Amino acid sequence: MKYLYLLWSNLKRKKMRTTLTLLSIMVAFLLFGYLGAIKQAFSQGIDVAGLDRLIVRHKVSIIQLLPEAYESRIEKIEGVEDAVHQTWFGGVYQKPSNFFAQMPVKPEEYLKMYPEFVLSDEERNAWLNTRSGAVVGRGIADRFGWKLGDRIPINATIWSRKGGERTWEFDLVGIYDGAEKGTDTSQFLFRYDFFNESRQFGEGLVGWYTVRISDPDRAAITAELIDAEFANSPNETKAEPEGAFLQGFANQIGDIGFIMMSIIVAVFFTILLVAGNTMAYAVRERTNELALLKAIGFTDRGVLALVLGESFVLTLLGGGLGLALAWLLVSLGDPSGGSLPVFFIPYSDLAVGIALIAIMAFIAGILPALQAQRLQIADALRR
Amino acid sequence: MTESSRSLVSVKNVDKVFKRGSEEIHVLGGLDLDIPEGEFLALMGPSGSGKSTLLNLIGGLDRPSQGSVEVGGERIDQLSNRRLAAWRARHVGLVFQFYNLMPVLTAQKNVELPLLLTHLSRAERKKRAAIALDIVGLSNRNNHYPRTLSGGEQQRVGIARSIVTDPTLLLCDEPTGDLDRKSGDEILDLLQALNREQGKTIVMVTHDIHAAARATRTLYLNKGRLTTEPEE
Repeated sequence: MKYLYLLWSNLKRKKMRTTLTLLSIMVAFLLFGYLGAIKQAFSQGIDVAGLDRLIVRHKVSIIQLLPEAYESRIEKIEGVEDAVHQTWFGGVYQKPSNFFAQMPVKPEEYLKMYPEFVLSDEERNAWLNTRSGAVVGRGIADRFGWKLGDRIPINATIWSRKGGERTWEFDLVGIYDGAEKGTDTSQFLFRYDFFNESRQFGEGLVGWYTVRISDPDRAAITAELIDAEFANSPNETKAEPEGAFLQGFANQIGDIGFIMMSIIVAVFFTILLVAGNTMAYAVRERTNELALLKAIGFTDRGVLALVLGESFVLTLLGGGLGLALAWLLVSLGDPSGGSLPVFFIPYSDLAVGIALIAIMAFIAGILPALQAQRLQIADALRR
Repeated sequence: MTESSRSLVSVKNVDKVFKRGSEEIHVLGGLDLDIPEGEFLALMGPSGSGKSTLLNLIGGLDRPSQGSVEVGGERIDQLSNRRLAAWRARHVGLVFQFYNLMPVLTAQKNVELPLLLTHLSRAERKKRAAIALDIVGLSNRNNHYPRTLSGGEQQRVGIARSIVTDPTLLLCDEPTGDLDRKSGDEILDLLQALNREQGKTIVMVTHDIHAAARATRTLYLNKGRLTTEPEE
């Protein structure tokens, strides 16, 4: 600690240069944190996907429907504990930009399959007793300011009602919370029986199945058994782990992770050059002073540690501020106004950020520090 | 040799050769020198004669190409870099022509620098630096940065830094070389007082005959050899 004022005084020597370098590092880590939250939003659910859940969809495409009758057949397959179906409703609320996931489901089965959707007993009972009842996630309720008892009109883009009516009205009877931070709280769930009886076409058809299996280690075998069950039928299936399914869904708009990583690597490489340049100049300008420190008794390693320490203070300040600012901005909510309901910086990304700060500090500082360590006192004092 | 004049520094048969590419420059050759404890020795000689080189060898800032340098009974030319650094911190105070102060630190913090290598508390470091500044007559300039001090005052801070650890040996490389006559005289008064009143052994490299006159002994270095009289 006693050397801290020495490090700090050296950083204050060229205030403008230090400030600009600090800002560069800060922006890099701000981007890192913020892009990390966006990446998390795009891969929502993947991290919390159940290892013991498979998704069974039509072999051709997710938009091809499957018979409702498959449910009982899937449940009879060895290794399967339970199966529930979901269907993509694809409606909008008030205007096309208010787009989010709406799905007709069987309430009890669905909540049993997804225990991470936490709903009070009172709301659960209300849903079971209300045919037009809907349950929504906390994120989507907050986005639109919905509260229990609201009547919510959803305009269908796929599923018309009998008679051609495209507006479906639902009674909001429950708002669920996520058991984990990454749980998707943007879903709008309503009763399948109401949907099935009211839709103009497609009666008895569903979008896909979520299947709980008894042994995650045998997921691949169970998936093969399911697909074999429906092989050579008009509606062949493709079963895969839930995580892979969600990843595939996210990849429909590109490999977000790769794009983010490319941006971050480019930014960090540039900032590393900036920080390294600052440290190299800082040492070159102070050759005489570093030689003095050695002359009065600082060891070679002591001088190396001082220069590396400066690099660490500079990077830690810039990187720390950047991550803190990213955290603050992310906590203000997603920039799209609700399209990214799972929007937060994962702790793992913060840990990676802190590790990157240390790595950047070391790389930026090590060469100038070694240069300082190797200074010959008598030569350097004459410069 | 009496107890009061026993040799503090003993340089024996020292050669110093610098290499510049393939060229070898012999600066010192077979040099012997004994400096008794408590002496104020002035080293004079033309530029390039090796005065500063000899000072650096005595202060452990450089190593001889051959020969031995013993200070206080310790062969400093045989110490590892790490132990030599620790030895310098304990036994040597350095005063430079251009003061070599840290521009980003106040006078007080500049003087405290060598104490960072000790286990002294912050309060004790501050107290000792204040005493050193008081000795050099700058107790009212503690919080001034070097740029706000005159050349003479900066050199006083340099001297305060050199004595703050109470070293055995003070090595001064042209301490008045960058000062006007009046300031130079004040610095020489101070060095003389440190030698006489506190018994510091001082080795001072100088071009100035008036400065050398303050020393108790003057030696002349020319072409790598020491003499008691200047060569024509």
